[in-house]
Amino acid sequence: MTPFSQQQLERYSRHILLQDVGVEGQIRLCGARVLIVGAGGLGAPAALYLAAAGVGTVGIVDNDHVDISNLQRQIIHFTKDIGVAKVESAAEKMQAINPGIRVRTHPAFLCADNIREIIRDYDFVIDGADNFPTKFLVNDACVMEGIPFSHGGILRFDGQTMTIVPGKSACYRCTFRTPPPADAVPTCSQAGVLGAIAGMLGTIQAAEALKFITGAGELLTNALLTFDARTMHFRRIPLRPQDDCPVCGAAPTITALEDMEQSACSLT
Amino acid sequence: MTTEVRIDAKKNCRGVGCPMNLVHAKVGLAALEPGQVLEIILDHGPPVNNVPASVEQEGHTVLDRRRLDDGSWSVLVRKAAGMRPHRPPRT
Ligand SMILES: [Zn+2]
Repeated sequence: MTPFSQQQLERYSRHILLQDVGVEGQIRLCGARVLIVGAGGLGAPAALYLAAAGVGTVGIVDNDHVDISNLQRQIIHFTKDIGVAKVESAAEKMQAINPGIRVRTHPAFLCADNIREIIRDYDFVIDGADNFPTKFLVNDACVMEGIPFSHGGILRFDGQTMTIVPGKSACYRCTFRTPPPADAVPTCSQAGVLGAIAGMLGTIQAAEALKFITGAGELLTNALLTFDARTMHFRRIPLRPQDDCPVCGAAPTITALEDMEQSACSLT
Repeated sequence: MTTEVRIDAKKNCRGVGCPMNLVHAKVGLAALEPGQVLEIILDHGPPVNNVPASVEQEGHTVLDRRRLDDGSWSVLVRKAAGMRPHRPPRT
């Protein structure tokens, strides 16, 4: 009658108790597939919460290995993991939290040639990439494949996020047309980032994924949420799909994916 | 006076505390069609004080509550209209 074992009922009881999630919402979570782009500052908390929530398949793409300078904010990686592939380090923690989920590791650098094939297997994508070319690539590929996703970025004390449902809401390019010039953005190691804001933003992205899957509440679509942790001011800027958007507008000029030159990166 | 109510499913939550008794009640209700009736057996005290109010808050109707010989309670809940039984997960 119920697809859940007694243990699963207890594990997921706090979701099942929520009227907006309930038994049906938890069943959907257990059948859902979410891809996390980047096992860094944003991907780390998102991966932990999605695993804890029982999302049936969580994919994680990253080509890096754990470095000691990651540990200040990328909380899925431990000191013992230095030198280990980030996807392996992340998968180990996710399975430790919840052995009932499937973790798919993609130890690859996302590029124009592989992204569409990878994201096609997923219902929702969380963008936790640490560079602008990948963020634009994720946007364009998700719009082309019709896959909803959460954009996120952090730098210093600032965070920003928006949720995109292709065909229904403004995409990342509706708002930010092109990556900033390489010299306009500080490099990772120069800018710095307050560790905890990675958690603030990555968990918002995880919540959006859980809301999308369960149908609970309203998504952060057609809006850009920004915060400045120095003052802890949050701002919600309304957005609209742009008819002249080069990827989701009426006459798109971007119809195929191309690798952009790697410019400077935002820090995750 | 209670008229005879047809019971479609039963959940025995004797010895089950809060909030797992509500979880079991929700699992029972999720499997029913709107209008069908679930009988939940609840312990005296917090369980019978809390669970009926919680299922009503979700839109279901408590038809009857009755003390049983062993001191526990039988609570009859009619599933709200417009709430479908759970769908299979999206794939
Ligand atoms: Zn657009």
